Amino acid sequence: MTALNSSQPFHPSATDRKPPSPSARRAPGVWGSLVFGLFAGGAALFTLLLLAGILLTLLIGAQPAIEKYGLGFLTRSVWDPGQGDFGALAMVYGTLATSFIALVIAVPVSFGIALFLTELAPAWLKRPLGTTIELLAAVPSIVYGMWGLLVFGPFLAAYVQQPLQNMFGEVPGLSTLFTGPPVGIGILSAGIILAIMIIPFISAVMRDVFEVTPALLKESAYGLGSTTWEVVWKVVLPYTKAGVIGGVMLGLGRALGETMAVTFVIGNMSQLDSPSLFQAANSITSVLANEFAESGGGLHEAALLYLGLVLFFITFVVLAFSKWLLLRLQRAEGART
Amino acid sequence: MDKPTQISLPPKITVRDLNFYYGNFHALKNISLNIAEKQVTAFIGPSGCGKSTLLRVFNRMYELYPGQRAEGHVMLGDQDLLDRRQNVALVRARVGMVFQKPTPFPMTIYDNVAFGVKLYEKLNPADMDDRVEWALRKAALWDEVKDKLRASGTSLSGGQQQRLCIARGVAIKPEVLLLDEPCSALDPISTGKIEELIAELKSEITIAIVTHNMQQAARCSDFVAYMYLGDLIEFGATQQIFFKPARQETEDYITGRFG
Repeated sequence: MTALNSSQPFHPSATDRKPPSPSARRAPGVWGSLVFGLFAGGAALFTLLLLAGILLTLLIGAQPAIEKYGLGFLTRSVWDPGQGDFGALAMVYGTLATSFIALVIAVPVSFGIALFLTELAPAWLKRPLGTTIELLAAVPSIVYGMWGLLVFGPFLAAYVQQPLQNMFGEVPGLSTLFTGPPVGIGILSAGIILAIMIIPFISAVMRDVFEVTPALLKESAYGLGSTTWEVVWKVVLPYTKAGVIGGVMLGLGRALGETMAVTFVIGNMSQLDSPSLFQAANSITSVLANEFAESGGGLHEAALLYLGLVLFFITFVVLAFSKWLLLRLQRAEGART
Repeated sequence: MDKPTQISLPPKITVRDLNFYYGNFHALKNISLNIAEKQVTAFIGPSGCGKSTLLRVFNRMYELYPGQRAEGHVMLGDQDLLDRRQNVALVRARVGMVFQKPTPFPMTIYDNVAFGVKLYEKLNPADMDDRVEWALRKAALWDEVKDKLRASGTSLSGGQQQRLCIARGVAIKPEVLLLDEPCSALDPISTGKIEELIAELKSEITIAIVTHNMQQAARCSDFVAYMYLGDLIEFGATQQIFFKPARQETEDYITGRFG
């Protein structure tokens, strides 16, 4: 019993302390729970207040433009600060088109990266490669913007745009997609730069959710004679769909809101004259970045704030869409009884 | 064991001089045994004895993980499963497996059962319906789910989920079915149903089951292999193992003096 005796000095009060009377006893941590509960609730409430505040500020600031154009603002393609005539269509198109191109490129690539990292990569490569991808997410957007303008844009013009123009220049319809001066700016460059920027986000999220798929579930699919592709495509992806869609939406949110990189390569011309992928265009955020400081108040500033409101709304719609998509996918999986 | 136990019934799987390693850890040592066709062979032994590892060699599941390797021969019919030239997906289609915990795929009950069938067979919808019903009947689940085939597989109870997994494995008509502690997460009633199922299935499929439950091994197997620390200690007919084991270690384990 030496072991027991030697441990006793550490608990001198263990034997002579009397249990407290029932009335003196209090449930442990009542105050702690209360304070923490209030703090957590307050933090959650704060985000709601912040959201309401942003919405209110935008509404008040955009009031003159809302009064003048109403919802017609969305369908007008004119943007002429000199004449004081404003419409959002060109920028809404620019924002949606660049983000769409970015997703079309980034989602399959990210899926491939995540699949490789979780299922195919040898163990020694997994960690360095995963870390590299996470580091890419930390590169400041202006770096991508400058690289896009100085390196990638000219490359795109010389090796993609001009060959495409030569090939389809005579084809009616298609040729209009590739017109424009060969300088490598416009919707396509912006979309590709955005894709490169959001790939690290989407692939990191996809990898994380693929990794939490239970090994037994994957083994069950392998056990029926599935190939790696069939396991990932038919079992892992459905199992992780909520996380995957979350990751894609995170990337899309970043693409919709990205300012600096897009401003560098999109060309900053608020026009909708040509559907060309290589024509200078504009996005909501680049207009805001370029013009807000020199708008000098008045209708111009109100129109810019109205644009901000439109972006806010687009983001909201995207989020709502992702929830709806998730619900539909869950229904396809079968009802829960 | 010095020499492989001979069983007079025709073997479905013949294991010869099998050694298995997790990295440097020698997990299976010179295992040789025959698994008789259309019989139930149970593998018993304390945790870590290698019985699950042995099962995972039969469908090369270990290959999913780096550092795990098997040496020796595992013949299924006249083909060596461990031969690298054997397509691993085809091997697994011939040797089905059911795991400790139910693992329904995130899809409908119907699609769960049809999943493996679709990989290798092009059935028209009516034939697929028949196959799904056949497999669910084999797994004694049909009556409970026939009105909700479009419900999610994950909405079933644990016991039903495990029978769904058995139906999924049976649907591809494998030659061998491996059961790795299939009842460890189930209540006694579900366990009873699965044991009935095993008795039913063995008329068509060779079954190898790993279990920690002595009574289960005694109830539903024809042959029993007792393993300890990577060695096959004793292998024989269930009656013989439980009533007059040849080795003292086996007797100690099954009578509960050890384990």
